[in-house]
Amino acid sequence: MPSHRSIRTFAAGRGFTALQALALGLMLMFLALPIVALITQAPLGDVPRLLGEQQVRQALAVTVRTNAIANLIFLGLGTPAAYFVATRRFRGRALVLTLVELPLVLPPAVAGIGLLAAFGAGGLLGADLQDAGVVLPFTQWAVVLAILFVASPFYVRSAIAAFEAVDPALTDAARTLGASRARTFARVALPLAAGGLGAGWVLAFARGIGEFGATIIFAGSVRGQTQTLTLAIYEILDSSFDVALAIGVLLVVLSAGILLSFKLLSAWRSSTSTSPARYGISPSISA
Amino acid sequence: MLRAIAGLHRPDAGRIALDETVWFDARGGVDRAPDERSTGFVFQEYALFPHLSVRANVAFGGAARAPELLERFGIARLADARPGDLSGGERQRVALARALARDPAVLLLDEPLSALDANTRRDVRDELRAVLQELALPTVVVTHDFRDAAALADRVGVVVDGALRQLGTVEDLVERPADAFVVGFTGANLLTGTATPLAGGGAEILLDGGGVIRSAARASGRVGVAVSPWELALALPGAADGRNALPGVITMITPDGERAHVRVGALVAEVPSGAVARLGLHPGMQVLATFEAAQARVVALSEPGPSAS
Repeated sequence: MPSHRSIRTFAAGRGFTALQALALGLMLMFLALPIVALITQAPLGDVPRLLGEQQVRQALAVTVRTNAIANLIFLGLGTPAAYFVATRRFRGRALVLTLVELPLVLPPAVAGIGLLAAFGAGGLLGADLQDAGVVLPFTQWAVVLAILFVASPFYVRSAIAAFEAVDPALTDAARTLGASRARTFARVALPLAAGGLGAGWVLAFARGIGEFGATIIFAGSVRGQTQTLTLAIYEILDSSFDVALAIGVLLVVLSAGILLSFKLLSAWRSSTSTSPARYGISPSISA
Repeated sequence: MLRAIAGLHRPDAGRIALDETVWFDARGGVDRAPDERSTGFVFQEYALFPHLSVRANVAFGGAARAPELLERFGIARLADARPGDLSGGERQRVALARALARDPAVLLLDEPLSALDANTRRDVRDELRAVLQELALPTVVVTHDFRDAAALADRVGVVVDGALRQLGTVEDLVERPADAFVVGFTGANLLTGTATPLAGGGAEILLDGGGVIRSAARASGRVGVAVSPWELALALPGAADGRNALPGVITMITPDGERAHVRVGALVAEVPSGAVARLGLHPGMQVLATFEAAQARVVALSEPGPSAS
């Protein structure tokens, strides 16, 4: 028979659970509301036509081009850099890790000013760049640099973690089996870290698409030149709310797709080593 | 040590060479990369590539020999499986096949049996012994288990904290242990005491735990005495027959096939199962553990005594 005290504890437990559920409900409502509002307020039937407007098409082209270049650069440089940091112990390694993570916590506007101070006309490298005939601020390359600065840390940080998670005995084994460092990287480390690299890439890609603050300061918002989709939303907002909403719908769909692929990658990653379902299904590798 | 041979660890000093080929020389500044040495390394947990099939794992070292090795180790039927789907024994065979695919000059086995449970371990040990004998390849095995070493090795080196204590055959280690650590490693009983040389040869040793025994070898001062479990006989009190005899109470009897391990006080005796039945041995029983003076092997105590300066 439950004592008086345990009944009270039980009741208090129920109350606490209800409180948690209430908090969760409020949070969810608040988080979902803008998305729901965006979808319901946007003239969904008109979205394809609105997205066909010249300014939107230009912004889309700028976004795709600058992000494609930035992604190629951070994948190409970030992957070997992350492998280096993950597999070696050297003096100043902690400093390197902190530097890589700094842009993650830096306000984007500060990143923009920093880029301007570095590459602008009166900036740190301004004079040298001017001599070389290179002008970066307020060009499409400035957009690329802004994306690179804010997005690449997301990729590099996950890539370091992914490479660190590869059992060193496996890369050692590859080396004793006659594989060079490069072949060990390509055949062992890279495939085993692929899930983590993919997840990092998805995050960095999303951050790049959403980039606003650093870009508007360092690259401005010139139509057809430096105006990306997010910058276009800001400019169009006053003149045509519907077009802004349409771009919003496009980005919501894109973001949902990114989130979904991130979840799928994470699920695939956690199942690669343990899932018995892969037995027999996996394609056999034959010479 | 294996990592140093394979080139995965750079020693501070020394020289590693295979016949005429120098792989590492601290003084000469030679340090060949692991892929430029010719070693077949079987890692402790086997380190099979989880993302590759068994066939691709073996072919990683050398595609040409892979089909033959898959056949030979009886893993051809598993060729398309992933390492995660294999049993411990199967994994070990894959690891061996992979290490041999490169046709190495030296085979390195890092605790090849430690990842296996006790049942599999004995079978795999026998299997491994047969393979090693057939290969006739210089092989270095690292193990913490004397039975593994005894089953697999021609020569056994006992290394403690990076220093070689003794190098010899299994028989050398048992018959002529260099020190107390080697005694412990071979599974022999170690008694400590103070020896007094006898006029007619041999010595009399006053044991720390009480009792006096004789050794055939001369000795004096603080010594250790090693007695192998299988050389200890058990007798009923009063039946020592002039042998060394230590009285004790049986605390545990563990049957192990034909033989039984009997714990008598601090000693372990390995006696035929028949003797257990004949003498009616049971825990709590008072018995004598007896052995010949020639079987009392005197060793130096490696740990300095409290009075050492």
